[in-house]
Amino acid sequence: MRWGALVPLVFVALLIGLLAIGLSLDPREVPSPLIGKPAPDFVLPSLSAPETQISVSDLRGKVTLVNVWASWCVACREEHPLLMDLAGRNLLPIYGLNYKDERAEALAWLSRFGNPYTDSIYDAEGTAGLDWGVYGVPETFILDRHGRIRYKHIGAISASDLEHKLLPVIMELLGETG
Amino acid sequence: MIPELGHFAIVLALCLAVGQTLVPAVGLLRRNPVWISVAQPAATGQFIFVLLAYFALTQSFLVNDFSVAYVAHNSNTDLPTVYRVAAVWGAHEGSLLLWVLMLSLWTLAVATFSRNLPSDIRACVLSVMGAISVGFLLFMIFTSNPFERLLPAPEQGRDLNPLLQDPGLIIHPPMLYMGYVGFSVAFAFAIAALVSGKVDTAWTRWTRPWTTTAWLFLTFGITLGSWWAYRELGWGGWWFWDPVENASFMPWLVGTALIHSLAVTEKRGVFKSWTVLLAITAFSLSLLGTFLVRSGVLVSVHAFATDPARGVFILIFFAIVVGSSLLLYAWRAPSFTSRAEVRLLSREGLLLLNNVFLVVAAAAVFLGTLYPLVVDALKLGKISVGPPYFNTVFVPLTLPLVFLVGFAAVMRWKNNSPRQLLQRVGYLVPVAVILGVLFPWIALRSNSVVVSVALVLAFWAMTTAVADVFRWLKSGLGKSRQSRNIPLAIWGMNLAHFGLGVFVLGVTLTSAYSVERDVRLFPGESADIGNYAFRFDGVHEEAAANYDAQVGIITLFRASDEIATVRTEKRRYRAQGSVMTDAGVNARLDRDLYIALGEALDGGAWSLRLYYKPFVRCIWLGGFLMVLGGLLAVGDKRYRMKLRQRQDSVVDKNTLAAEA
Repeated sequence: MRWGALVPLVFVALLIGLLAIGLSLDPREVPSPLIGKPAPDFVLPSLSAPETQISVSDLRGKVTLVNVWASWCVACREEHPLLMDLAGRNLLPIYGLNYKDERAEALAWLSRFGNPYTDSIYDAEGTAGLDWGVYGVPETFILDRHGRIRYKHIGAISASDLEHKLLPVIMELLGETG
Repeated sequence: MIPELGHFAIVLALCLAVGQTLVPAVGLLRRNPVWISVAQPAATGQFIFVLLAYFALTQSFLVNDFSVAYVAHNSNTDLPTVYRVAAVWGAHEGSLLLWVLMLSLWTLAVATFSRNLPSDIRACVLSVMGAISVGFLLFMIFTSNPFERLLPAPEQGRDLNPLLQDPGLIIHPPMLYMGYVGFSVAFAFAIAALVSGKVDTAWTRWTRPWTTTAWLFLTFGITLGSWWAYRELGWGGWWFWDPVENASFMPWLVGTALIHSLAVTEKRGVFKSWTVLLAITAFSLSLLGTFLVRSGVLVSVHAFATDPARGVFILIFFAIVVGSSLLLYAWRAPSFTSRAEVRLLSREGLLLLNNVFLVVAAAAVFLGTLYPLVVDALKLGKISVGPPYFNTVFVPLTLPLVFLVGFAAVMRWKNNSPRQLLQRVGYLVPVAVILGVLFPWIALRSNSVVVSVALVLAFWAMTTAVADVFRWLKSGLGKSRQSRNIPLAIWGMNLAHFGLGVFVLGVTLTSAYSVERDVRLFPGESADIGNYAFRFDGVHEEAAANYDAQVGIITLFRASDEIATVRTEKRRYRAQGSVMTDAGVNARLDRDLYIALGEALDGGAWSLRLYYKPFVRCIWLGGFLMVLGGLLAVGDKRYRMKLRQRQDSVVDKNTLAAEA
């Protein structure tokens, strides 16, 4: 055996090591420029009661979860049972940001699958979503008592995301005083 | 029911693939001809079951069975039928099924068309291909099952990604996968060579047509992808150095090197272990591309939905396939020896140089693609490597290749003197220089040193290819009809090299002389680029099956003569609310006029982006000429010889001399 012939093998071993490390990293975990900043302002009607306006100040004072959803979004259905589960624990209010949806369809969706939301903000034009930097539905934000965005999750929440990412953040924020 | 049948068919295909891998391998060890002969029926059966699964998924799309999660995610009742058929490969799971289908098709083709191979080599090749298939089928069943149910079924699906709703999508991925997967054949032949310890003329003759076929599919796929990006992304660009584009380009570069080094190994019996290594590398890069696209380690416009389990699986699979083949290589390759020496001024020397440039270019792309990952892994921050790096590194590596191409036809094997070369192609140097310098002046009334240099090289590649065909025609004069025919391989080589010249011409002129203008126009107003005037005739609304479009109408004038009316669209796809541009293009060989509709501004004005892109068509024309060249080369009658191959395997010095 000539040692030179081993060079490709060594090279590939290094490459595999690198890729293995790469797998544990998430290139999409680009810190949202909004993290730590106050949630962008909006004044929008409630989904269930069109005459009631919800604004960002309604989200202050408590640790809050804001979940961007739509009745046309299939991935929202995947995470839906987890949100129901989280709502059942009564840890914090969960607001829905109903994004680019039809009111009737959104309400039908909630009555069919269950409503985990304290209330849903009806953002038919997607204006609030734009300000919040939503780039796909579903997305989930966690706000602290001062209405600052402290965590953002892109895509459907899995059971493991809920357990290992969202709940620790929620618990930590609930533990914060003032 | 149909989805379950599809799922079951995949499991059966897996069983057959396991059989196709193990039984012939054991048969080879025990020298049992019956076991060896199992490979072929197993390959046939596997193809049939994968095809059934594929039809099952297509059927689920056609009947809008949204209880299948994959269909619900990627289709919609309003989606036109043709896109429902194409949506099968519109996302991860289904494209994996297409990949496996292609692999089983290639396997079947090898099993069918290589009956004249020695049975041990054929069994070994089919066994290796079976093993690759096992890996991908396991991957599909365990991490990416396209038949998974979503219960209760939603009433409406999410729709196919609107970016993919384009004719380009219908053919681009299948062609690309045919290329990627096709390199598995060269890979399997390389493994067979390592196992048998023989790399001889017969082996290269079996390997060459398969490699060229895979290469031409990959070339076609990449060219189509570039054309699709140009039309659909609305940026007027044709190549973006995106990680996923690079993932397809690296195997192409190495595959191109492989085609050329196979020629040397066939004719001169040298570079044996190098050729085998290239065959392993080309396929390894295809696998690496799969990993990069589907694991989510790199950010790209093309990336599929990511799932860490998938990344881990492909990485382990990659490690097993590439690691074991390179271990085998390290063990067996040193026994491939050849005594022939290689001089620089010989065809083998020329092709060695070609290989060096191609492989270094591939390495440069590799480095640029993975560098962000390295930086991230070393915790040095997050960076992205962009076109400036690739253009700076890549262009100086490609231009020498275009120069070398000019000698392809006239450089003889073994040894040439500089004077002979000068005699054969020297007269073309002034021709290429004159054409290269004059062409931009005549076509575009402009020139510069950089453009001239690139165009001289482009015309050098084109004129030397044309001259070679004439040389063959001339030498055929007065001979019998039989010997007057130019071999298809010669046509193929010259056509592909001519295509390279056309490509370089297109890239140079488009890069140097494209004009881009952002304008704000009220209906009835015009904007100019050079001689051309773009008159904006307003925007109206239109509704199609699954989107609403704002359609801008632009009338084009050249020196006040009306030449065309072009539609440029901005589409809002209803299911997901996403907005896509569908740029308006007025295309001619020597220039494109390209109009992308922007936003509605106050008072009825619109923002528009206008491009004038000279000779951009030549980029794709060059690609298609290369594909055509590959097709002709595969059709060469050398590869159609059935019975003679066995005799040839004892290297026949006379034919070698004659063909040189």
